[in-house]
Amino acid sequence: MSWVNAIIQGILLGGLYALFACGLSLMFGVMKVVNLAHGDLAVVAAYIGLGVIAITHVPAVWAFVIVVPVFAVIGYVLQRTLLQAALDRGVLTTLLVTFGLSVVIENGLQQFFSANSHSINIGSLVSDSFSIGSQITIAYLDLVILVVAVVVLLGLQYFLSASASGRLIRAVADDPEAAQISGVSYRHVFGIAAAIAFGTVALAGLAFGMYSQFDPTIGTDQLLLFAFEAVVIGGLGSLWGTLAGGILLGVAQQIGAQIGAQYELLAGQLFFLAVLVLRPQGITSRKETA
Amino acid sequence: MTQRNESAPVLDVRDLTVHHGQLRALHGVSLSLPAGGVHAIIGANGAGKSTLMRTIAGLHRPTAGSVLLDGADVTALRPERRVAAGIALVPEARRLFASLTLEENLLVGQTSARPGPWTLDEVYALFGWMRERRSQRAAQLSGGEQQAVAIGRALVANPRVLLLDELSLGLAPVVVRQIYDLLPRLVDSGLSVLLVEQDVSQALRVASYAHCLLEGRITLAGHPAELTTQQIEAAYFGVGVSA
Amino acid sequence: MSSLGPDTTAAAGPPSVPPAAAQVRVTRARRSTLAAAAAVVLIVAVLAYLPYLVYSGTTNLLVNFFTLLIMASMWNLLAGYAGLVSVGQQAFVGLGAYGVLLLASHGTSPFLAIPVATAACAVLGLPVWWLVSRLRSGYFAITMWVIASVCELIISQIPSFGGGTGTGLPGLPGNPTLLTADTYWATLACAVLALGVVYLLLRSRIGLVLTAVRDDETGARSVGVRVASTQRLVFLVAAAGCGVAGALYIVSQQFVEPTAAFSVLWSAKMIFITVIGGIGTIEGPIIGTIIYFVLQQTLAQYGTWYFIALGLVAMAIAIWARRGIWGLIADRFGIRLFGVGYWLSPAGPPDRDRGSR
Repeated sequence: MSWVNAIIQGILLGGLYALFACGLSLMFGVMKVVNLAHGDLAVVAAYIGLGVIAITHVPAVWAFVIVVPVFAVIGYVLQRTLLQAALDRGVLTTLLVTFGLSVVIENGLQQFFSANSHSINIGSLVSDSFSIGSQITIAYLDLVILVVAVVVLLGLQYFLSASASGRLIRAVADDPEAAQISGVSYRHVFGIAAAIAFGTVALAGLAFGMYSQFDPTIGTDQLLLFAFEAVVIGGLGSLWGTLAGGILLGVAQQIGAQIGAQYELLAGQLFFLAVLVLRPQGITSRKETA
Repeated sequence: MTQRNESAPVLDVRDLTVHHGQLRALHGVSLSLPAGGVHAIIGANGAGKSTLMRTIAGLHRPTAGSVLLDGADVTALRPERRVAAGIALVPEARRLFASLTLEENLLVGQTSARPGPWTLDEVYALFGWMRERRSQRAAQLSGGEQQAVAIGRALVANPRVLLLDELSLGLAPVVVRQIYDLLPRLVDSGLSVLLVEQDVSQALRVASYAHCLLEGRITLAGHPAELTTQQIEAAYFGVGVSA
Repeated sequence: MSSLGPDTTAAAGPPSVPPAAAQVRVTRARRSTLAAAAAVVLIVAVLAYLPYLVYSGTTNLLVNFFTLLIMASMWNLLAGYAGLVSVGQQAFVGLGAYGVLLLASHGTSPFLAIPVATAACAVLGLPVWWLVSRLRSGYFAITMWVIASVCELIISQIPSFGGGTGTGLPGLPGNPTLLTADTYWATLACAVLALGVVYLLLRSRIGLVLTAVRDDETGARSVGVRVASTQRLVFLVAAAGCGVAGALYIVSQQFVEPTAAFSVLWSAKMIFITVIGGIGTIEGPIIGTIIYFVLQQTLAQYGTWYFIALGLVAMAIAIWARRGIWGLIADRFGIRLFGVGYWLSPAGPPDRDRGSR
C-alpha cells in the first residue's frame, strides 16, 4: 500500500514539474534556446509573491493575479532585448547569457533575501488533506496544483493549435525566416512565446512556494534540472509529453524516497539518464530539413 | 535596349552591392521593374540570383545601394515590413511551414496583407485542388503542390511585386509549365513579377524582359526576342566577356 | 609581461619589405611569439623560486590562481575551440578531489594521488562522453549539469567520504612550511603541464580540425574531418584538466565536502573568466584569471555584489565584445603571444578575425 501511495504522491508532484517544464519546452521549441535561468525565474516569482503578500496583505491567491502578468511582461521585454541580442549572435552566446542571468539572479536573491528558506503562507490549506483507506493521504494543495497544471497545459495546447497567435508561434518555430517573408515579425512572436513561458514559470514558482520551502539556490540546484528532465523524459514537441514526463519524474522520485529518503533526488536523476540512454529521440543532434 | 514606354517603375533596384562575410555576392546591380512587367533573371549557379532576390525581400542587408518600391526607399525595412509595403517572395525550396496545414500556411501569409484582390477563396479558385485538401499538413503535399501553396502564401499578402525564386527546382517539367502558365493571370490582377530561373528557355518564354547575372554583375539585359543565343551564352558563362 | 609591450608591438607593425610580389609566406611564429616563449621560461623559473622569497599567504593565493587558471583553460578548450558548452565541469572537479581522498585514505601520498586521480577522471570521462556526445548544444550543457548533480548525490551517500558533511584529507606532511611549498610546486607544475598540453594540442593538427569544426561543422564533416573523435579527445583532456584542478583543490584546502566540490560555481568561474578574458584564445583565460583575481581581492568585502557584477560584465562581453578583453588588446596592437595561428605575410594588416562566422 505504501508503494501505491508513493506512486500517487509522485503523480501529484508531477503536475508541478510539468508546470515548470512547459515554459522551458516552449522556449526550446520556438527559439531553440535552453534557458539556463529558467529555474531561477521561478524562484524570483516565488519571492515576489512573498513580497506582494507581505506588503498588501491580500490572500495568497491574489499573488497569481499580480505576479503572473508582471512576469509575462518581463518575459516579453527580456526576450526583445537581452535574449534576442544573444540569439542574434548564436547558440554559444545564448547559453552564456542565460547562464550569466542565472548566476546574477541567484546572487541577487541572496543579497536581498539572504540564504534563508521561506515559503508562501497559505494557512491551513498546506496541510489539509483527505484519506483513501488507511495508507493514502492526498493533500488538497497537491491536488489543486495537479489540476491547475493539467488545465494550464490543456489551455496552452488549445491556444497553440486554435488561435491566430498560436499559429504564428508554430510557424516561427518551423522556420523564422519563412515567417519573415510571410509578413510575420519573428522577434515579436519570440516575445509572445517568452511571455507565455515566463507566465507559466511564475505560476509554477508561486505554486512551488506554497508547496515547499524555497531559498535562492533551489532554482538551479533543483528546479531547472527537474524541468529539463521532465521535458526530455516526455519527449519534445508535445505538451502532453511534458505532462507525462513531469509525472514520470515525480513517480521516480517518490519511489526513490520510498526506498530511502536520501534516494529521492538520485532516483529521479538516474531515471532521466536511463531515458537518455534508451530513447534519446528528439534531443540528439539530428539534422533537420532546412 | 530601351525600356517599353511605361510609367514609373514599381520596383527600382539601384547599385546594389551585397557581401556574404568577406565575399562580394553582388556588385552594383541595378534594374527596374515596370508595372505589369514580368522580368526574368538568368545566370549560372552562384551568379548571385538568389542573393539578389533575398536582398530585395530584405533578408540580406546590402553594403551599398538601395531598393525602391513605388519610389519609396525600403532598403532599411525588415522583411516583414516589406511584405506590408508590397514585396512578397516565394523563396527557393518553397520553405512552407511543414507542421502547419495548407490553410494555416495561407493564413500566416495574410499577417501583413495589404488590401487587394487575393483572398483565400481566390487562391482556392486559382488552384482548384486546394480547398479540398486545406486541412492537410504542408509536409504531406507533393513538390508541385507545395510550390503552389508557396505562391498562394505570397499572393494572399496582395503584393505589388511578386518575387519568384527558382520555381522549377525539383519539379517535373510539366508541373513547372503549369505554374508558369498562371503568370498572365497574376499579372492581370495588378502585380508585377521578378523571377529567377535556371531553365533559360522557360524564363525567356514567360518573361517580357531578361537580365543575365554573372559573378554578381548584370552582363546582359534585353527583351527575350532581341537576345541571341550567342549573347546569352556569353553572358551566362562569361565566355568572350573581358574581365 | 608588460615589459614585452614595445617589442611586441614593433614586431607586429606593418611588414617592412615584401619579399616578392604576389608571394605569400606562411609562418607560425613571429618575434612576439618567440619573445613570449622566452618570457614564459623566465616567469616559470621565477615562480618556481617564489616559495623561498615570499610568505605562505602569497603562495596560497597563487595556488588558488593556478587552479582557476587550469579550469578556465580547460573550459576555453571545450567551448572556445570544440564548441562544447558545458555547465557541468564541476563533475570532474569533484571527482578529482574525491579521487585524491580515496587514494589518500588508503595510504597513498596525496601528492602521488594527484596524477592518478587525474587519469581516473579522463577514464571516467569516456562513459560520460558516450552519454552526452549525441546531444545538441543546449542539452549537452544542461545534461552535464545533471551528471555533476548525480556525482554529488552519489558521493554524499558514501560514509567513508564523510557523507554530506565532508571530511579532512589524511596523509599530508605535518610541517606547515613544507606543505605550503609542496602544494605550491605541485600546483605550478600541474598548471604549466595543463597549459602546455592545451597549447600543443592547439598547435597540432587537432587545433586546425577544431578551428574548422568551430567555424563550420557541417562543412568540416563534409570534407572528411573526423569531428567526433577530435571532440572526444578534447572532452577527455578537459575532464582530466578539471580533475587535476579538483585534486589540487582538495590538497590545498585539506578538506572536502560534496556541495562545495560539485558546486556549479566552479563552472560559473570558469565561464566568467574565459568569457571576460577572451574565449577561443589561449591568452584569454590567463588575462581573465588575472582580472578575476584583482576584482576578487578588491571587491571581496562587497559579498555577492562582486559575483553579480562579474556575471553582468560576462554577459555584456558575450554580447558586445565576443573576443573578450584579450580580443580587444590583440586587435588594438596586433599581438599574439602564443602562436597557434598562422601568419600570412605580406597580406595586409593582420586581420584574422576568428570570432565571426
